[in-house]
Amino acid sequence: MAALLSPLSPSGPAAAAAPGEKGAGSRRGTRNWPFLLIVPALLVLLAVFAYPVAQTFVSAFTTPTPGTGNFAWFFGSPANVAVLTRTFSTALWATVICLCLAYPYAYLMTVASPRARAALLLIVMLPFWTSLMVRTFAWLVLLQDTGVVNGFLGLFGLGPVSLVRTQAGVLIGMVQILMPFMVLPLYSVMSGIDRRLLTAAESLGARPLVALLRVFVPLSLPGVAAGATMVFITSLGFYVTPALLGSPGEALISQFMYTQVSGMLMWGRGGAMAVVLFAATLLLIGLLGLAMRAGRRSRASAR
Amino acid sequence: MSARLARAALWITGALVAAWLVAPTLVVIPLGFTDKVSLTFPPTGWSTRWYANFFGDPAWTAALANSVLVGVLVAVVATTLGTAAAFGLSRWTNGRGAAAASVLLLAPMIVPGIILAIGIYAVFLKLGLAGTLAGFVAAHTVLALPFVVVSVTASLRTFDVRLETAAASLGAGRWATFRQVTLPLITPGVVSGALFAFVTSFDEVVVSLFIQSPTLVTLPVQMYSSVTRETDPTLAAAATMILVLTTVLVGGGLTLAARRNRAR
Repeated sequence: MAALLSPLSPSGPAAAAAPGEKGAGSRRGTRNWPFLLIVPALLVLLAVFAYPVAQTFVSAFTTPTPGTGNFAWFFGSPANVAVLTRTFSTALWATVICLCLAYPYAYLMTVASPRARAALLLIVMLPFWTSLMVRTFAWLVLLQDTGVVNGFLGLFGLGPVSLVRTQAGVLIGMVQILMPFMVLPLYSVMSGIDRRLLTAAESLGARPLVALLRVFVPLSLPGVAAGATMVFITSLGFYVTPALLGSPGEALISQFMYTQVSGMLMWGRGGAMAVVLFAATLLLIGLLGLAMRAGRRSRASAR
Repeated sequence: MSARLARAALWITGALVAAWLVAPTLVVIPLGFTDKVSLTFPPTGWSTRWYANFFGDPAWTAALANSVLVGVLVAVVATTLGTAAAFGLSRWTNGRGAAAASVLLLAPMIVPGIILAIGIYAVFLKLGLAGTLAGFVAAHTVLALPFVVVSVTASLRTFDVRLETAAASLGAGRWATFRQVTLPLITPGVVSGALFAFVTSFDEVVVSLFIQSPTLVTLPVQMYSSVTRETDPTLAAAATMILVLTTVLVGGGLTLAARRNRAR
């Protein structure tokens, strides 16, 4: 996101200094025209995004009665806290598995020929845009007790293993859907690493694997941090995949929010869980920012 | 020798991951053409009866029509708002204001969908927007805006501002400059933004699940509720059509984005 924000601000002075501008008075009147172009989008976002989200947070403290009753309800029941810990552990597992699969893939993208790289990138980007519903449905078909995966296991005399309605099934579906969030940040950092550093390390006597682990891996850590945060945050709020592939007895927080609000109209409870979920998300983004800054500083001082 | 072995291992891992990313989804295509009533893979015989079933069932055809209508409206609204906002952001001299505005513009990508869904549902219930076309378009527009802003911003980054200066020095007004100089040059970004906006709306499930009504159901919502009710190969036929449509649109969007990068 930082990469997105940085180019947005400059280039203004050049445009403002364009000849053909009239006197200072008219310029003052029109100086804010770029802002006026942003206003409609901002208004829509304030009305249909910021206000509803803020209202949800407020309802956590006001509905049905003012106070922190909704939070006391949530943290007071071991079953509810179990939902929260299960959500976090699922997100953690999803992140770890994503990283293990995405790291070699992203590395391969940096060493592949341009054409192979484009193909590898397309293979990551297409699923990113392929309907979540379609992909979850496909996993449901594959993982069911009479599905392809169990048929395959049966060939070796294994199974049938129940995969649908288990945490394993949820993880398989989630990891596949979240892969782009890990591969893309990893690739963008890895492609900026100067590969001559590896050559240098090897010429100084390091074996290729040692050079990779001691030189390349540390330099790729910002990508790991960014990708891991993206995957973790996204999996905290996942609804469709756990709802369809998971077991109702082992709900994640988003499913729990859905039943509380849509089924039981417990707005305050839903709001309280939204506050908890959002606080966790913000905390993680903040930690990522700090880690990035510390990493940049230590790299700057090393130079 | 060991270097070659390591390289082979890397390629094999990459190929396996690639297969795992793409192959599972493709299972829906043969399933849509099965002649059985169950979703058994691989199918033992072929038929097009599930497609006939899809187009003969008003629940599915209405959902498809709703999704296309909402998606087109969202693409138009989000692209207009998003292009204006991205252009304004790139020309705004107030750096701090621009940074704050872009945080709000991109925030819908970061806030978990379920939180937004609950909030929108509450507000829409109060305003009577739940289950209306306007409600669907408004909610999906918010989710699609960031993709338009990102896409158009990327185009504007490669755009040479001196061209605008040149047009202005030749007497063109600001609107004429934008229409005749800037817009044609950033068209690939605008079009790919519009395609991404359509696909975002066309695929959206969570918010739509909340704000649906018996009279207004979108295709993913219809799929979601039939998945939880029955296992009927009509689902696979619907999934195949969604898959083909979004792949074609996104393929187009990504090609335009790639052309933009090459121009740089």
